[in-house]
Amino acid sequence: MEEAFLLSVLTLDATLRVATPLVLASLAGLFAERSGIVDIGLEGKMLGSAFAAAAVAAVSGSAWLGLVAGIGVSIALALLHGFACITHRGNHVVSGVAINILTAGLTVMVGIAWFSRGGQTPALPDGARFTAIVWPGAQALAGIPVFGTLYKELLSGHNILVYVAFLAVPLTWWVVYRTRFGLRLRAVGEHPEAVDSAGISVAGLRYRAMICCGVLCGIAGAYLSTAQNAGFGRDMTAGQGYIALAALIFGKWRPVPAMLACLLFGFLDAIAARLQGVELPMIGAIPVQFIQALPYVLTVVLLAGFIGKAVAPRAIGEPYVKER
Amino acid sequence: MRVEATAPSAEGAGAAAPPAIMLRGVNKHFGPVHANSDISLEVAAGTIHGIIGENGAGKSTLMSILYGFYRADSGEIRVFGEPLRLDSTADAIGAGIGMVFQHFMLVDPFTVLENVVLGAEGGPLLGPGLAAARRELQRLEADFGLEVDLDAVVGELPVGVQQRVEILKALYRGARVLILDEPTGVLTPQETERLFRVFRALRDQGVTIVLITHKLREIMAVTEAVSVMRHGKMVAHLKTAETSLEELAELMVGRKVLLRVEKNAAEPGSTVLEVENLSLVDERGVTRVDGVSLSVRAGEIVGIAGVAGNGQSELLAALAGILPIQRGRIAVCGGEVTPEHPRDAREMREFGLAHVPEDRLRMGLVGSFEARESSILGYHRDPAFNGPILTHPSEILADCRKKMSAYDVRPQDPVLLTANFSGGNQQKIVLAREMERHPDLLLVGQPTRGVDIGAVEFIHKSLIAMRDAGCAVLLVSVELDEIRSLSDRILVMFEGRIVGEVAGAEATERTLGLMMAGVVPEDAGVRAPA
Repeated sequence: MEEAFLLSVLTLDATLRVATPLVLASLAGLFAERSGIVDIGLEGKMLGSAFAAAAVAAVSGSAWLGLVAGIGVSIALALLHGFACITHRGNHVVSGVAINILTAGLTVMVGIAWFSRGGQTPALPDGARFTAIVWPGAQALAGIPVFGTLYKELLSGHNILVYVAFLAVPLTWWVVYRTRFGLRLRAVGEHPEAVDSAGISVAGLRYRAMICCGVLCGIAGAYLSTAQNAGFGRDMTAGQGYIALAALIFGKWRPVPAMLACLLFGFLDAIAARLQGVELPMIGAIPVQFIQALPYVLTVVLLAGFIGKAVAPRAIGEPYVKER
Repeated sequence: MRVEATAPSAEGAGAAAPPAIMLRGVNKHFGPVHANSDISLEVAAGTIHGIIGENGAGKSTLMSILYGFYRADSGEIRVFGEPLRLDSTADAIGAGIGMVFQHFMLVDPFTVLENVVLGAEGGPLLGPGLAAARRELQRLEADFGLEVDLDAVVGELPVGVQQRVEILKALYRGARVLILDEPTGVLTPQETERLFRVFRALRDQGVTIVLITHKLREIMAVTEAVSVMRHGKMVAHLKTAETSLEELAELMVGRKVLLRVEKNAAEPGSTVLEVENLSLVDERGVTRVDGVSLSVRAGEIVGIAGVAGNGQSELLAALAGILPIQRGRIAVCGGEVTPEHPRDAREMREFGLAHVPEDRLRMGLVGSFEARESSILGYHRDPAFNGPILTHPSEILADCRKKMSAYDVRPQDPVLLTANFSGGNQQKIVLAREMERHPDLLLVGQPTRGVDIGAVEFIHKSLIAMRDAGCAVLLVSVELDEIRSLSDRILVMFEGRIVGEVAGAEATERTLGLMMAGVVPEDAGVRAPA
């Protein structure tokens, strides 16, 4: 019994780790999409940031400098997307896909030129990574049944970016629903003409939303290469940007439901890891490939209709042209 | 800069007070189009001033300049005597100008309160700003009779209330000049009357109102002065009390126009269209048409009145074979439609029905087609236009040229792109296409929407001529004047049902207005629906 409990706590613990980049990227997408910009380029921004963070951390030996570099690259890519979609009224999906393709190639190319390791960055020593923070008293309290285990295994022992991700959820909620910027952000994605006629710059608001998006995506990317792993590997985002976008839609563009969707996807991933090689009664061993495909299958199934109609911000994907 | 109860307008408009708005020599070009040429305008403070003109006369451009949406190419703008450089909407709002657009600038999922404060939140955090706004709005509502539930979600409010939200929004920003662009297009006559009461209350408290409209009657009813625009120029500034409907119409069009259509009594023949208990549910499961029965006989025009969105569009689309029906039966010129045997638009046409759709650019024409191509849409299978494999371009061209001269389409150029014709000429292309087939039943939706007055007269005459030639005409329009002057019988729709029927000659604006709000007056010769 106790072992089963520990096992499930450990699975939840893994869920948090896996869900962290999804949560961050999902919130990044929330800022972009609430402002009316379709952001299919979350994947590319994460990838670019993951590379920049790992490369700078490897060279400088500082995870924090890596994080700053990752955020910087991600913001630059977000602004590039904004420049194409806001200033030049380009197609949002085309621009987003272009960013994904661009970063997929560019990270590997720069990586080879810089480190000559087939596109990977050197393995990072612990000093150049975000490592686990053990909460005070974790060992001492470990003996207490239930609470001790929860405290030690679930709450304590994550790196700082995991905590940042989950604190970013209430923060995003507060910004979107309780501040002037949030009100305008929601308005500009629904009815940009209303925002313009109220004397507020539509382009200015959308660029600011893209910067918020870039910051969060940058943290997500840095997490992948300098916290969850110890270095950058080619295509290491592996579609997580798309899953984050799916979670955002699944959560109907709201912070808390989007986070819950990310946790669900993360949980499936964690379960998949646990189930590998395990013989299930009646079924037997499940092929690893099937389990690894589960989160993606679920994404398709959920989006295909299980969630009811997801009503997107009304003006999403439409370039704002001032005319009547 | 909130609106305070200031001195009454009589004194406010004295010689010393500068005009609320003064324009001198304002010009605006869009490419080769001279949308506003050398416009001068003076609006006295504390008055209701009308600006009238046909579609495309440049009214909206002028107001967009005044609201900082567009920059004038040249010219001087003064607001309350202060010269103003309008680079953005924020400048206009700062100068005390508020604007209520024809298409509301409201965010549907927001509450009334959130919509009002958008752009004037009073600080980076919403909480205190919203509380202050709530108090201020309650005061404004009470002062001007603009009752609105501040916590209601705007998208769920009726249009008349949404309009009040727009007015509150402008007042909350401290507007001393309120510009309204075609504010009555979506209102019932009663709602319009209520809006005009609000105008008068605002004027009495010192707010200047500029009313842009193409409805002459409203100018006469509520304004004190009126400026007339034609082809991008100001052609007259008049005192309302010293002018007349006829004079304004003539100034607008540049020639004499008949406001009232002349027609003889109808001589109805056999029944051509018979609708029994028709119901229609849209894809969201909302019942749009609910048990409608009606009939139209040869040689009569039956008008369907109602505020936009009460099922008229869906009824028309069902009769034309565009939307499937869920219940009931349609019998038209010997053909029959039931839910079990739906007919598409082509089959309906073959029964002898023609359809002038409500939205000509969405359903009636293809903007990127040449006029000759648009002029055969729906009849493009006609053997006259086709060889065994290819079409006969020369036949189509000749046919189009013939129709264009018969219906006075300008320019008379069959290869010009449809989108490059004016609204009135586009509508004439559609009418020519549908009427020249001599159908037994003609369905007409909003025949004069976005059409200049000169063309309106022509279109109305054509419809009467069709009737006199023995065609049955079913007319759907939200323009009450049009319904009243053309129809022999009038049916009023409200929430998908027919509220009642009145003879065209007996229908007063009041009776129709009440019926459009779902109320059946007892005294006015109204028959309950069949």
